Parts: sequence; C-alpha cells; structure tokens
Amino acid sequence: MYDHYFTEEHHLFRQSLRSFLQKEVIPHIPSWEEAGETPRSIYQLFGKMGYLGLMQPSRYDGSDCDFWFTVILNEELARVNSGGFSAAIGAHAYLALTHIGSQGSELQKQKYLVPGIEGKTIGCLAITEPGGGSDVQALRTTATRQAGHYLVNGSKTFITNGVNSDYIIAAVKTGEGISMLIIDRDTPGVSATALKKLGWHASDTGEIAFDKVKVPLENLLGQENQGFLYIMKHFVLERLTLAVGGMAAAAFALEVTLQYMSERTAFGRPINRFQVLRHRVAQMASEIEMNKAFIYTLCQRFQDGDYLVKEASMAKLLATQLADKVATECLQMFGGYGFMEEYPMARIFRDARLGTIGGGTSEIMCEIIAKMVVDGKGYGG
Amino acid sequence: MNTYNFTEEHQLFRQSLKAFLEKEVTPHIDQWEEDRRIPREIWKKMGAMGFLGLSYPEEYGGLGLDFFYDVIFCEETSKVFSGGFSITQMVVQYMSGPYILKHGSDKLKQKYLPGIISGELISCIGITEPSAGSDVANIKTTARREGDHYLVNGSKTFITNGVYGDFIVAVVKTDSEAGSAGISLLVIDREAEGVSATKLKKLGWHASDTAELSFDQVKVPVENLIGQEGQGFYYLMGGLQLERLSGAIGAYAASETALDYSLAYMAERTAFGRPINRFQVLRHRVAQLASEIEACKAFVMHCARLHNDGQYVVKECSMAKLLATELSDKVMYQCLQFFGGYGFMEEYKIARMFRDSRVGTIGGGSSEIMREIIAKMVIDDVDYRSSSRTQTRTQTQTHPTTPKPETRNSKPETLKSIITQLEKRAVQSKSLGKSLKFDFGEKQLFIDGKGEKNDFSLKNEAADCTVKISFENFQKLISGKLNPMNAMIGGDLVIEGDMGVAMKLQSLFS
Ligand SMILES: Cc1cc2nc3c(=O)[nH]c(=O)nc-3n(C[C@H](O)[C@H](O)[C@H](O)COP(=O)(O)OP(=O)(O)OC[C@H]3O[C@@H](n4cnc5c(N)ncnc54)[C@H](O)[C@@H]3O)c2cc1C
Ligand SMILES: Cc1cc2nc3c(=O)[nH]c(=O)nc-3n(C[C@H](O)[C@H](O)[C@H](O)COP(=O)(O)OP(=O)(O)OC[C@H]3O[C@@H](n4cnc5c(N)ncnc54)[C@H](O)[C@@H]3O)c2cc1C
Repeated sequence: MYDHYFTEEHHLFRQSLRSFLQKEVIPHIPSWEEAGETPRSIYQLFGKMGYLGLMQPSRYDGSDCDFWFTVILNEELARVNSGGFSAAIGAHAYLALTHIGSQGSELQKQKYLVPGIEGKTIGCLAITEPGGGSDVQALRTTATRQAGHYLVNGSKTFITNGVNSDYIIAAVKTGEGISMLIIDRDTPGVSATALKKLGWHASDTGEIAFDKVKVPLENLLGQENQGFLYIMKHFVLERLTLAVGGMAAAAFALEVTLQYMSERTAFGRPINRFQVLRHRVAQMASEIEMNKAFIYTLCQRFQDGDYLVKEASMAKLLATQLADKVATECLQMFGGYGFMEEYPMARIFRDARLGTIGGGTSEIMCEIIAKMVVDGKGYGG
Repeated sequence: MNTYNFTEEHQLFRQSLKAFLEKEVTPHIDQWEEDRRIPREIWKKMGAMGFLGLSYPEEYGGLGLDFFYDVIFCEETSKVFSGGFSITQMVVQYMSGPYILKHGSDKLKQKYLPGIISGELISCIGITEPSAGSDVANIKTTARREGDHYLVNGSKTFITNGVYGDFIVAVVKTDSEAGSAGISLLVIDREAEGVSATKLKKLGWHASDTAELSFDQVKVPVENLIGQEGQGFYYLMGGLQLERLSGAIGAYAASETALDYSLAYMAERTAFGRPINRFQVLRHRVAQLASEIEACKAFVMHCARLHNDGQYVVKECSMAKLLATELSDKVMYQCLQFFGGYGFMEEYKIARMFRDSRVGTIGGGSSEIMREIIAKMVIDDVDYRSSSRTQTRTQTQTHPTTPKPETRNSKPETLKSIITQLEKRAVQSKSLGKSLKFDFGEKQLFIDGKGEKNDFSLKNEAADCTVKISFENFQKLISGKLNPMNAMIGGDLVIEGDMGVAMKLQSLFS
C-alpha cells in the first residue's frame, strides 16, 4: 500500500533490523526493564550495525541514508515493546547527535559525533528543568562567560540517559538568550540522580545538578544565544519521529491484541466473534491507518526538505493520543491478563502514557497549531 | 500542500471550477435549498464548461482525465455550503454512471453517458428499499424476464435524484431464489410507465430531491440490463468503493469549509472584551480539529492515489468513508458551538452544514457496515492483498509472548492432501447447510454440507453452488494467500448458484 515510499533497499533494511532486534534486543528487554537501564554494550552493537548514524554523513561514520530508514528504525523499535529502550536509543541518536551533527564544529564532531555514531559514547539532551518544561524560554540554568570557560549553575530534570550518558547537551541561559553547551559528565560539579517512574523502565531518567561547573568555551554548540532557534529547528524531526513511534506502537498493540483475541474464548467462541469488540478493532485499525498515511505523507515532505512545524506538531499530537487510546482499549480486550506482566499489554499501556507529555505536551502542540491556524502565524524554515 | 498529487494543470482546473461555482452556484444556493430543487440549467452549464465526466472517456464526451480531477470536483462542489447540491452530481458522476461505463453494453453507453456528461441527464442509483438498506442482498424488487423485456415490480426508497432525475440504475432481483447471485442491475427510465415517485421530507440535504419510487408492472427492455444477469452484487461491491471514496472526499472538504468559516467568525465575534479566538479552550479545539482534518485528508488522498493507480482498495476506502464522515459530524457539531446562538440561526451557514453532515455516517453504507467490512478484513483474513500484512503476522507469531504459528502457510500439493487438511479444519467449522463444488476444470472437489458436518469428496455432482477456480488459485485461497472477495472481484473465481454458500467460503478456510 505504501510502495511509492519504500524501495527494495528499505525492505531489506527492515528485515535485517527486525531480525537483529529479535535476536539481540527482545530477549533481554525484561531484564533491562528490571534493571532500569539499557546497557552500554547494546549501543556498541547498534553502532557496529550502523543504526546510530542513519542520517549522518559518511565522513563521520554515518550512513547518509534517506529519512525512510529513520522511519523504519522507529517503527521497528516500537515492536520491541519497550518505550524505555526506544527512548534510550532515540535520546542519544536523534536528540543529542542531531544537535552535534547540525551545529557542531569539526572538532566537536570528531570528539562526540564519530564515537557517538560508533556507539562508544552516549549523549543526552537536557532542556527541561524542575521549574518548567513547556516554557523553554523561561529556563534558569545559567552559563556565565569567564576567562577560557563558562561557569554553569542550575539543574535539569526528566533527562533521558541523564544518569548514564557520557556528556550532556544542555540548554543554558547566556545572558538574555539561550545557548547549547556540551558538558562532559566527569566535569567537576556535575551530579545526577535517577528518577523512579510509571513506565519507560528500561531507560534511565535523571535529574542533573550543575554546581559551578567549568565548561570550556570550545564546548559551545553553534553560536551563542542561538540555542532557542536550534531547539525549535530540531523539534520538527523529534516530533515526526515521536509521531512515527506513537503510530507504530499503536499498530503493534493492535497486532498483539488481534492474535490474543483469536485464541481467547468466552461463551464458547473466540472473543473476536463479538461484534462490539470487532467494531472497536475496526475503528482502531482505521485510525491507525489514517495516522500512518498522514505521517508518511509528512515524512516524504520532510525528506524533500519542507519545513513542517505545523504538520509535525499535528502528527505528534494525533499519533500520541492515538497510542494512548489504543493501548487503553487493547488492554481491555485482554481482560485480567491485560493487567499481568506476563502479557505485553501492561507495558504497552504504561509506556504509551508518556507520549502526550514528552517532547512537548499535547497542550503545547495545540498552542503551536492554534497560533498557525487561528492567528495565521508562520514559522520560517 | 499535496503537491504530489496535484500538478499545475490540476490547480488551474481548480481555479476555474471555483470561480464558476462562486459566480453561478453560491449566490443561488439559499434559493435552491428553499425550493428543495436544483434547476437543470446549472448542470448543463457545468457540462458545457467541461466540468462533468472528467474521467469518462472522450468518445462519450468526457475528458479522460486522472482521478485527481475528480478529487478536485468533489472537494470544490462540497465547499458551497450545501450537501444537497454536491450530492446531486456526485450521485450521477460517481455513484450511478460508473456502472454503465464499466459494465454496460455499447448501446447503453451511447444512450446514457453523453447525457450525464453534457449535464442534460440526471441519474440515480436505486439500491435501498423500504425493508432493506444495509442488507443489500435482501432486496425484494423483482425483474421477471418476459420475451424482450423485464417486468419490474417493487419499490425503492431514499433515492437521491429520484424525483426529478431521468433514469435509475436499479438493483433488482432477476432470480428471487438465488440470494445475492440473483441480483442484477437494470437501467429504468424515470418516465417509463408504472414508475412513480413520492418526494420525501428530510432533516437536511434540502436542495436534493429524495424519492420513494415504486415500480408497478414496469416494462424494461432486455437491452437495459447492465452487464450480465446475476452479477449485480459484484458490480455493486466494486462500484461502492468509488462511492465511498467520493463520499470521504466530500466529508473532509465540508469539514475544512466549516472550520474556515468558523475561524472567520471567531476573529470578529468578541466576548469579555476580546475576540473569541483568544480563548484558549476554543483555540485548542480548533487545533485539534485542524489536525484531524489534515490527517484525514492525507489519508483520503492516499486512498485516492491507490485508486488512481488502479488498485482495488476495499479496506482503505471503507476506512476513509468511516473516518471522514464521522469527523465531519464532529467538526460540524463543535463548529456550531463556536457560533453560540447564531449557530442555531439560518442566517449563518453552519446550521445547514450541521444538518447536512448528519447523513454522512448513514448513506452509502452506514458506519456500522463500514466497521463490519473492516473487521472482516482485519480480524478474519490472514492476508489482505498486500504483503505487509503477512509480514506483520509472521512477526507477531514469533514474538515470545505469542504462541507458535499454525500450519497456515504450508502449501498443500495434491487434492488428496487438501481434502485431508480441510477435513481436519472442518471439524471446527460449522456445516455449510448446503452443497458446494469447486470446479478446477478437469477435477472437482465436492463438499456436502447438508448433514451435521461437511463431507469432502472428489465427486462431480450438481451442487447448490459451484465455484470455478484454477487449482493454483485454490491453493492460494486455502493457504490464506488469496482473499475470496478479491478473487471474486478480480475474476480469479467465478461463482454460480447460491451466493449465500459462497459467502461462507471464509469460514471454511479459517
Ligand atoms: C520519561 C521522561 C523523559 C523525558 N526526557 C527528556 C529529555 O531527554 N530531555 C528533556 O529536555 N526533557 C525530557 N522530558 C521532559 C518533557 O519534555 C517535559 O516533561 C515536558 O516538556 C513537559 O514539561 P513539564 O513536565 O515541566 O510540564 P509543565 O510545563 O509544568 O506542564 C504541566 C501541565 O501544564 C500544561 N501547560 C503548560 N503550559 C501550558 C499552556 N500554555 N497552556 C495550556 N496548558 C499548558 C502542560 O501541557 C501540562 O499538562 C522527559 C520527560 C519524561 C517524563
Ligand atoms: C438522504 C439520503 C439519501 C440517500 N440516497 C440513496 C440513493 O441515492 N440510493 C440508494 O440506494 N440509497 C440511498 N440512501 C439510503 C442509504 O444508503 C441507507 O439509508 C443506508 O444504507 C442504511 O440503510 P437503512 O436506512 O435501511 O438502515 P438499516 O439497514 O435499517 O439500518 C438501521 C441501523 O442498523 C444498523 N445496522 C444494520 N445492520 C447492522 C449490522 N450488521 N451490525 C450492526 N448494525 C447494523 C445500521 O448501521 C443503522 O444504524 C439514502 C439515504 C438518505 C438518508
């Protein structure tokens, strides 16, 4: 149905990725979920396979692939059924590395991008603070320029890979504006605490404190006070991948559910014979298909270089709402087993809950969309 | 937006159609709604402008264009604030005309197509009857052959264009005993003796005339039969996809119009000292609706693209119809709310849009029927045409939390082994209640389902229903690689006799 987007190469990539995940990741998910983190060794394996630098240029060890490979990666990650694992990979490969790949100097790219793509080092992106996440411009962590370095004070929270990563790409206030700094984990004054959370168990989410941290001036990413623009620019990619992830998670949940419904019997027949359940499935399948067609249309335009602030926000809004709804309704189909860890639904359900919060809440998506649709505001490319 | 589907020529076409509608249609809509009727002159004008018969072949006066011109036609005619206006011509162009074009004889095409393309003739599709709507196979109108004509008796209801139209593509039973295999399509002239119509009053779609038609000993020439006798049900199954797709286009286009219309109002209306578009809850509601419309449009466009590529997309068209018409209802409801009390007044067009939208989830197959179709494809089918489904299925099966795959994909080699396999499965499936024969040409597989269970043998006896299919396709069918419905429509499988039995094929193989 989507042959106009995917070539033979894409299909082969999907196949090999799927069997890789099947072999190297899926069997370990329960223990990583239990441990509350994703081990370094799997980043290295991902790096070896070339999965961490799909969109990065080959001169930094990337694969120079078109955007569809990233779409496939995110779709297949959803089938692993561990929001935490997908997030751990995503926060490194798509949040941290995107900023370095895009704004980094040659030196920074050699130092962070190349080993990052190889899976030897892990990064994270730290924007949210205890005092506020939605209102990015109000962040309070400061970086004061001194001879040879910035002096950074403040804290970040809810940061994926915030405990185990090797460096932090932090949004900081430099005077009036926001700038992006690369802060090495082992710099004196950096400390982190792991947070306990509802879902996403396989990823470590940290609160990070910066206490008089001296960061070399050369660790400034791009230009001073341009950070807000960089963040906004990369939000499109982030939201599009989150939309892909939400849609794929919903599709996976339904797939697992269909299988269960064909096996479970009640009142003498498989539960997939009950009309109300069948119609609920039909409705969900339709909404998933619609989201998919919408997201793919946008992916094609993104690949062609369109700047899609409004559309990516719309897709993120709808796909994460959908994932939430599908997870809730599919869990219902499992009856009591839906509540048991033995079956996949419980994790799908709790992991889906973050979709409408992380990466800009649904309310913030609506704010952006409303500005464009109601006020006719445009965001330039 | 949508630059992938629309070229510059498409855009030019859109502009000229839009300009025409603005000048010749929009100013008169209120009057036509009031009159409960649209004057014929407007269709002739549109015909003369080349706006009708866009994708019909040139030999009948059409333009032979791609489907995206039709998309534009459906979109723009749905933006004039009158569902009754747009449905009139959509019924002609996309819901009745195509049956003649696709399955009709040369003579029928010559007689009727030039007229609907020039705007001189208005056609109807007559499926629904007072006692059967969703359950099409159960219609009661009969056409009994007598020499060179059929004698038609029965009635139809809710027929759009049924009062002022010129002819009806009518769904009739030429064999009342044969279930859906006795269904045929006949062209019946509205003026033929014995045809009478009553105009129905309705909630919305005021500009469109809706009729209850009755046929009392109507003589219809045999040459008015569309295609073959007994094939009407398949023709309908095929044709309904286009009907649903055009309905989906109309629904999202009307939703877009309603939202634009509301945004203009919200910018002007003030409350508590500011324009109401400053209130956050309203803004977020707009954002949500705008997103859903955008997504829905992209999906319908995707279906349109598949349709344009000649793919037969039952599942997608049903999904599109379901989602777009449900969305339209939601959009109209919420948009009306933005207007406050004015939303309830005829002075603003949102009241009309609200009532016109309401038929979307009922006509052309209700939402429940769409979900029935989708559920059958999503839940009961192992494989639905595209290979992606097979892929995902296989993967689910290897997922640790799900059980081992069944032997579904193993391909039985000989008839004997097939019988053994079927017998195994038949233990679980209910007996057919009738006899069924698969005819592979040289060999036959006979299933006697008249007793407690289904009995399989290689007898070549007369059966209640005979399915002609190649052995190769039969293997695909039972291994789940070929969907019976698709095979039927694609001509890979021909059914003679009782359709009801054939409808149970699915249960036999699953
Ligand atoms: C597991 C997890 C991982 C995360 N990973 C990262 C990461 O790697 N890096 C990172 O920087 N951040 C990360 N985040 C943070 C995430 O992006 C923020 O939680 C999110 O942006 C919301 O910010 P907040 O939590 O401060 O909520 P707040 O901004 O305090 O919002 C609270 C509520 O108010 C609503 N609200 C706020 N403003 C408005 C408004 N103008 N109108 C209407 N409603 C409004 C919000 O929608 C929300 O419902 C992560 C969060 C979680 C839970
Ligand atoms: C304004 C208007 C114009 C129309 N134009 C035409 C036209 O031009 N030509 C034409 O042929 N028809 C036309 N129709 C008829 C339309 O297609 C039918 O109304 C529709 O198919 C539903 O059939 P019904 O009204 O007989 O409802 P019924 O079939 O009686 O259904 C009643 C209710 O039961 C539900 N239902 C039925 N079966 C099931 C099931 N298996 N599971 C769950 N729920 C079920 C339905 O969804 C519906 O909610 C028009 C209708 C209207 C209102």
